[in-house]
Amino acid sequence: MPDDDLVIDVQKLNKRFGDKHVVKDLSLSVRRGEIYGFLGPNGSGKTTSIRMLCGLLTPDSGSGTCLGLDVIRDTAAIKREVGYMTQRFSLWEDLNLRENLDFVARMYGMRERRRVVSEALESLGLAAREKQLAGALSGGWKQRLALAACMLHKPRLLLLDEPTAGVDPKARRDFWQAIHRLAADGISVLVSTHYMDEAERCHRLAYIAYGNLLASGTAESIIAEQKLSTWSVSGPGLAALAESLRGQPGVDLVTPFGSTLHVTGRDAQALAATAARHAQQAPQHWERIQPGLEDVFIALMEGVPQT
Amino acid sequence: MNGFSYARWVGIMLKEFIQLKRDRLTFGMIIGIPVMQLLLFGFAINSDPKSLPTAVLSADHSSLARSILAGLRNSGYFRIVRELDSEAEADRLLGDGEVQFVVHIPENFARRVVRGERPALLIEADATDPSATANAVAALGGIGQTALAREFAGTLAPLAHAPDALDIRVHRRFNPEGVTQYNIVPGLLGVILTMTMVLMTGLAMTRERERGTFENLLATPALPIEVMTGKIVPYILIGLVQVSLVLLAAHFIFHVPMHGSLFAVYGVVLLFIAANLTLGITFSTLARNQLQAMQMTFFFFLPSILLSGFMFPFRGMPGWAQVIGNLLPLTHFLRLVRGILLKGSGAAELWPDVWPLGLFMLVVLGAGLKLYRRTLD
Ligand SMILES: Nc1ncnc2c1ncn2[C@@H]1O[C@H](COP(=O)(O)OP(=O)(O)O)[C@@H](O)[C@H]1O
Ligand SMILES: [Mg+2]
Repeated sequence: MPDDDLVIDVQKLNKRFGDKHVVKDLSLSVRRGEIYGFLGPNGSGKTTSIRMLCGLLTPDSGSGTCLGLDVIRDTAAIKREVGYMTQRFSLWEDLNLRENLDFVARMYGMRERRRVVSEALESLGLAAREKQLAGALSGGWKQRLALAACMLHKPRLLLLDEPTAGVDPKARRDFWQAIHRLAADGISVLVSTHYMDEAERCHRLAYIAYGNLLASGTAESIIAEQKLSTWSVSGPGLAALAESLRGQPGVDLVTPFGSTLHVTGRDAQALAATAARHAQQAPQHWERIQPGLEDVFIALMEGVPQT
Repeated sequence: MNGFSYARWVGIMLKEFIQLKRDRLTFGMIIGIPVMQLLLFGFAINSDPKSLPTAVLSADHSSLARSILAGLRNSGYFRIVRELDSEAEADRLLGDGEVQFVVHIPENFARRVVRGERPALLIEADATDPSATANAVAALGGIGQTALAREFAGTLAPLAHAPDALDIRVHRRFNPEGVTQYNIVPGLLGVILTMTMVLMTGLAMTRERERGTFENLLATPALPIEVMTGKIVPYILIGLVQVSLVLLAAHFIFHVPMHGSLFAVYGVVLLFIAANLTLGITFSTLARNQLQAMQMTFFFFLPSILLSGFMFPFRGMPGWAQVIGNLLPLTHFLRLVRGILLKGSGAAELWPDVWPLGLFMLVVLGAGLKLYRRTLD
């Protein structure tokens, strides 16, 4: 029996396209009412994973459930129960807003279609523009329309594939507020993203790179688990310093962060020694800081050896 | 719970209607293709060639014979280029295509007319291109009457007005089926429908795939049968509009007779449209993009035109070509429509060509449903 509190519970999903192994042994569990962030560089298999969860792709191997339904056998039922927002805008650009929502409502066999669609347009603030073609909307509005469309049938689980890509910061903030309101109402959300600030708004995270799940858990636990130590360097001549730091004892990663440099390594002692040496000899200021998610993800992506 | 949903089916149909309404290019095609083809073929049908080369093999030199020859000349259709002395020469000239007609005037022609023996005035016509000879042949009766009227005044006047004083016989050679303009317009109906119906639905699904909207459609609970059949309904209506356009033109411009029932015509048309749409939508599920769908359509369209009996008389084709032809919906449709329009065929005569259309549709729909990709794999 599937754990009743897990809306997604899959083990060892694999997917190959030809000889390209796109998703490798992916195991995920997402709890009810949770906002679960799905992170990873482009081409790492996020979209493919999400499609396997909602029955659009058949896994080559692996098993699991989505809302208690088998991801391999019960795809028809899963489609009725989840709301999936595609990475690329995939509503009909030659239909107007109302026609798009009306079509979606019909596909889910919704009762009181007119009222539901009107309410959705109302809450989007698009009621006055319902006759506008979807293709004429700006990126931010398209994304809001798509979100409204995938929530029309009141799914218990939302799968959102990079919903905020190419959307301005204000729209992004509104979007995340909406997501948190939904979660508070008990709707679970799996959302893939590129943005670190968005990752920090999720209850739990998974980080996937080149098909491998590299880390998962809360932001704090992922950071703690990696046991990295990070120093922030500020002052003049950072570009030259960055060059000279590479390969020095304890230094695994040097990343520019705005006007500072983040120097990260697994061997805290060796890194501390290097830091002390530089702080004495050179004009920059060194300060040990708590590593952030971004430091951890960069380290993971760069394949910093695990201790 | 998992069955066919009428509401979803209606939803898909409405969506297709709206999109079609906004797609000016396709709309233009729907009106443009029938009109263009009608004009193109209609021109060929309408062509009223004059001054056709004619040879005369005359064994009678009466003034009636001369009067008939003059009548031929004056009609404008016949240009007498040769006077012949032998059948063999007549055969050779017709065979080589040097002349379109050979007019035979038998011995003692005028005398036998007077005696009331109804001598035969034989016109051999090269009917390879029947539209070329049709009008000329149609003019023959009048020419005969005029000549008689001029020759037999006074006491012999009653002869001049006897409708059967002459026996004008036309031998159409080289084209035993005698395809006429009446054959072409119904054929055109089938060709236009094949081309537009298969093409338009062929694009229907690939368009979704190319625009990325297919993923959204797939993510909804819509079933393949709902999508496939829902998408073709608007095109059925469009097909009916096209048919009505062509039938109106057939009636008012080309005066094609209508011996059978209009009801039967539309019934047969509906079946044929459905068969073509099913094929188009199946192509659409197979093709990766719109270009491929287009290529598949033309791959199907060519044999349809060549082997269905539209272009060449069906009975004149070799056996293997007839076998292929019998697999094509257009072949059966041509027989059905020609049967209804020209011969007034009823249900019993139509059935042998109705069931193959139905079978074709079911087989193709089955294949389409089987091939329909329910996932993005
Ligand atoms: N249908 C497909 N056929 C072949 N390769 C694919 C297909 N879909 C995705 N890929 C490949 O799989 C890899 C992962 O893609 P994707 O899941 O879209 O990654 P992400 O969403 O993390 O950017 C990419 O290299 C992509 O080219
Ligand atoms: Mg992606």
